[in-house]
Amino acid sequence: MTQPVLSVRDLVVGFPTRRGVLTAVDGVSFDIAAGEVLGVVGESGAGKSLTGAAVIGLLEPPGQILGGSVHLEGKRIDTLEPEAMRRIRGRRIGMVFQDPLTSLNPLYRIGEQIVETIRTHAKVSSATASERAIDLLEEVGIKGARSRIHAYPHEFSGGMRQRVVLALALCAEPQLLIADEPTTALDVSIQAQIIALLKRLCRQRRTAVMLITHDMGVIAETADRVAVMYAGRIAEIGPIGDVLRQPRHPYTQGLMGAIPAVAGATATRLTQIPGSMPRLNAIPAGCAFNPRCPRAFDRCRRLRPEPITAGRTEAACWLLAHDAGVAS
Amino acid sequence: MLAFAIRRLLEAAIVMLTVALLAFVLFRFVGDPVNQMVGQDTSLEDRMRLREELGLNDAVIVQFARFVAGAASFDFGISYQMKQPVTAIIAERAPATIELALVAALFAVSLGIPMGVYTGIHRDSWLSRVFLAVSLIGISLPTFLIGIFLIYVFAVKLGVLPSFGRGEVVRFGFWRTGLLTASGLKALILPAITLGLFQMTLVTRLVRAEMLEVLRTDYIKFARARGLSKRAINFGHALKNTLVPVITVIGLQLGAVIAFAIITETVFQWPGMGLMFIQAVQNADIPVMAAYLMLVAFLFVLINFLVDLLYVRVDPRIRIYGRGA
Amino acid sequence: MQDAPEQFETPPASLPRTAQQPPARLTPAAAEPSRLRRFLDSDLLHSFLRSKLVVLAAILTTLLVGAAFLAPVIAPHNPYDLKSLSLLDSNLPPMWEQGGEPGYPLGTDDQGRDILSTILYGTRASILIGLASVLLAIAIGLSAGLCAGYAGGRIDALIMRIADVQLTFPAILTALLIDGVAIAIFKTYDLDAAKFGILVVAIGLSFWVQYARTVRGVTLVERNKEYVQAARLIGISPFKIMFQHILPNVLSPVLVIATINLALAIITEATLSFLGVGLPATEPSLGTMIQIGNRYLFSGSWWMVAFPGLTLAVLALAVNLLGDWLRDALNPKLR
Repeated sequence: MTQPVLSVRDLVVGFPTRRGVLTAVDGVSFDIAAGEVLGVVGESGAGKSLTGAAVIGLLEPPGQILGGSVHLEGKRIDTLEPEAMRRIRGRRIGMVFQDPLTSLNPLYRIGEQIVETIRTHAKVSSATASERAIDLLEEVGIKGARSRIHAYPHEFSGGMRQRVVLALALCAEPQLLIADEPTTALDVSIQAQIIALLKRLCRQRRTAVMLITHDMGVIAETADRVAVMYAGRIAEIGPIGDVLRQPRHPYTQGLMGAIPAVAGATATRLTQIPGSMPRLNAIPAGCAFNPRCPRAFDRCRRLRPEPITAGRTEAACWLLAHDAGVAS
Repeated sequence: MLAFAIRRLLEAAIVMLTVALLAFVLFRFVGDPVNQMVGQDTSLEDRMRLREELGLNDAVIVQFARFVAGAASFDFGISYQMKQPVTAIIAERAPATIELALVAALFAVSLGIPMGVYTGIHRDSWLSRVFLAVSLIGISLPTFLIGIFLIYVFAVKLGVLPSFGRGEVVRFGFWRTGLLTASGLKALILPAITLGLFQMTLVTRLVRAEMLEVLRTDYIKFARARGLSKRAINFGHALKNTLVPVITVIGLQLGAVIAFAIITETVFQWPGMGLMFIQAVQNADIPVMAAYLMLVAFLFVLINFLVDLLYVRVDPRIRIYGRGA
Repeated sequence: MQDAPEQFETPPASLPRTAQQPPARLTPAAAEPSRLRRFLDSDLLHSFLRSKLVVLAAILTTLLVGAAFLAPVIAPHNPYDLKSLSLLDSNLPPMWEQGGEPGYPLGTDDQGRDILSTILYGTRASILIGLASVLLAIAIGLSAGLCAGYAGGRIDALIMRIADVQLTFPAILTALLIDGVAIAIFKTYDLDAAKFGILVVAIGLSFWVQYARTVRGVTLVERNKEYVQAARLIGISPFKIMFQHILPNVLSPVLVIATINLALAIITEATLSFLGVGLPATEPSLGTMIQIGNRYLFSGSWWMVAFPGLTLAVLALAVNLLGDWLRDALNPKLR
């Protein structure tokens, strides 16, 4: 089996504060293969963005990686020197953020920003870089690219800007793209376009994609596999079809029940998971979801569940242990 | 762009008129102009005649119009104290203040911006702490205290720099400059530092705050995510975005420098407009006070206007879309 | 029963990458702590105590203010009592120098006033003027800002127009102007007695704009919030809304501006006095003392400038440090 592009094992990200350590990401593990899209989904505050930031090495202090490892194409990157990490960013890992209106420097022209990025990672002349920039802009769907490279960011609409952002993230041809809520700030109609664009670009380049979002619909459209995060841990991870149709973890089941169906079922009530996700300084012992889980039992409150395989998915839930008959 | 300029010009005119009104009220109604100008023995008839001559019995509106017309043609009447036309006094004193202000501003900007950039990038280095300590002192201590301290160290104790006056000056028409003589330059050093120190610390703090703010933005985060070098990020992206608003503030500060010159000129007995103003306040010399007020207001308004135009030129968002990017 | 959380005094610079045991977890408190406990535990107090410089500044400020207000009690002489001055005692150096006298520990000025006593009384005057003028500025600025922000429309435009015109001038110039006008008006009266009030008005009037703008900003935001709209619907009078509901939201930024303003007000008074248009020589403040002493700097009587200068410098620095710390501590963005 070929080596995965990204391999994260037992990642722990925390914030040392005056009163103790706040753990925001607590033992997260997953792989992404070349050309595969892994959706990372969860509520706000579940630790998705921090995981992405940790992978690319852009955790804002005082946040730190406190445990675990990150491997890119077999080589460990979370312990690299800052300068070595910088060379990886852009060149081997690209990242796009949520708000296209603030992601671009307003005082520089679009072309200048793309050319600068290209020339940071490759020794090419500015003329060559300009040509590549024009090609890239056309590829992301900006018409009249030859003249548009002289435009400033504010001359583009939100959707166009996000296309430019995608072009910038991919211009150095990285192996992995981390997309942190890339469509959340866009109109629904534009969202679909950008998602389709992202899929096409990455498929063509065999780029591995870590797609972070809280929108299950986007995941369903785009991802090959999905990881559901809750309170800094992965609740369930598996192929998108399997997780959507047969969610194993009660949290995932709750999420699926909360999505309104456009066609089909008449007047079924949407499921509402009672309570809310615990704050970082008040994470329950055992399974983090147990206070809100309708099927929690004694072991859930005492022991943190390990990921248990069921079919092609893994879910961190003691119910599966019971089902599979594993001795407690 | 044109509409914008016209609107700013109108606003400027309103401000000038308001100030003119203030100056006029000062001029006409504070104390009695006639009593200021004549001695105690002057007879009542002579006073009445003087009132008539000065047009003090006309309608207030007429007097105001006359005042404004006079101001527009640089006629501000006669100084009570010095019995000379105010305009002549100002013309004599203005070059000294302007030279001092420009040199001080130059000092402030050429030291302040690098210090601000450094402390913004290297937040916790010991050199940053030193710079910030210096800036705290500069912004806390009153200007006159710093001036006196400098005089004591360099003039009294070390004896290397003069403690008052401008040194030798060279004439160009009505302009007297101290920049072309050694003694003139020496005399400029201490006052310029004194005047510029406060501005320098302001610039440092402003640049630092702006730099820190910019370094927290999404586009800088995205630039880091693209693997741009530290140099490219700090000096290519961050610096440019920092300097654009800073430059406009610095321009506005130039007006403040001219006003603060009052203190510095008093400490160093620098023969400029500031010293003239203080003496006018001490002696209740209303025409001079009013004239200084109008002049300073005009300078401020002019600088504000030019700075606004500059900002529009420099920020592409406003240039293309008009205000409200 | 949960264990008590470990207390970290300072966050560790970096924790080991693979921790052997899980990091200390935070647990919910067993019971709601008392207000005193909450204050002692608060971030505000913690950041205050961590910075030795700020603590020093606070101590110095308290000392100076305390000494100044105790002036009538602890000062060896009363410098305001003209009859008690003797020219024979003038220009005496500090007592540890040759020619000094123990009765005048820091020396005397050219009128025979004891420097130490004058510093105490002068500091008191400076602080009083500073406080009073800041209070005046707040009173005017708060009212103007609340009215402008709440009423909107023409009133807002008028107040802001006045503010803009005044803002074209630096505060010192405005203060100088008002001072000068007052001098001109009161020329024939006994000016010295009114000087205190004139200075408070001059400095206060030059600083109100900052408060007005900030308060107006906050008022504009609060005015659109639902609780204000609800209050208006019920029919509560605008004044009550402004002062009972909106005012508490405004206090925090006003406090920050006020602390920084206080240092500036004290310095402005000192500057005006130094320039000769502030407190007179008969009831001198620190600025006046420095002006008088300046004339004797070259002839060697350094103590007339040095001691008041040092006092003023320490006072200004200390209050500024406190203001800086307060602004950083109360700024949510920097947390």
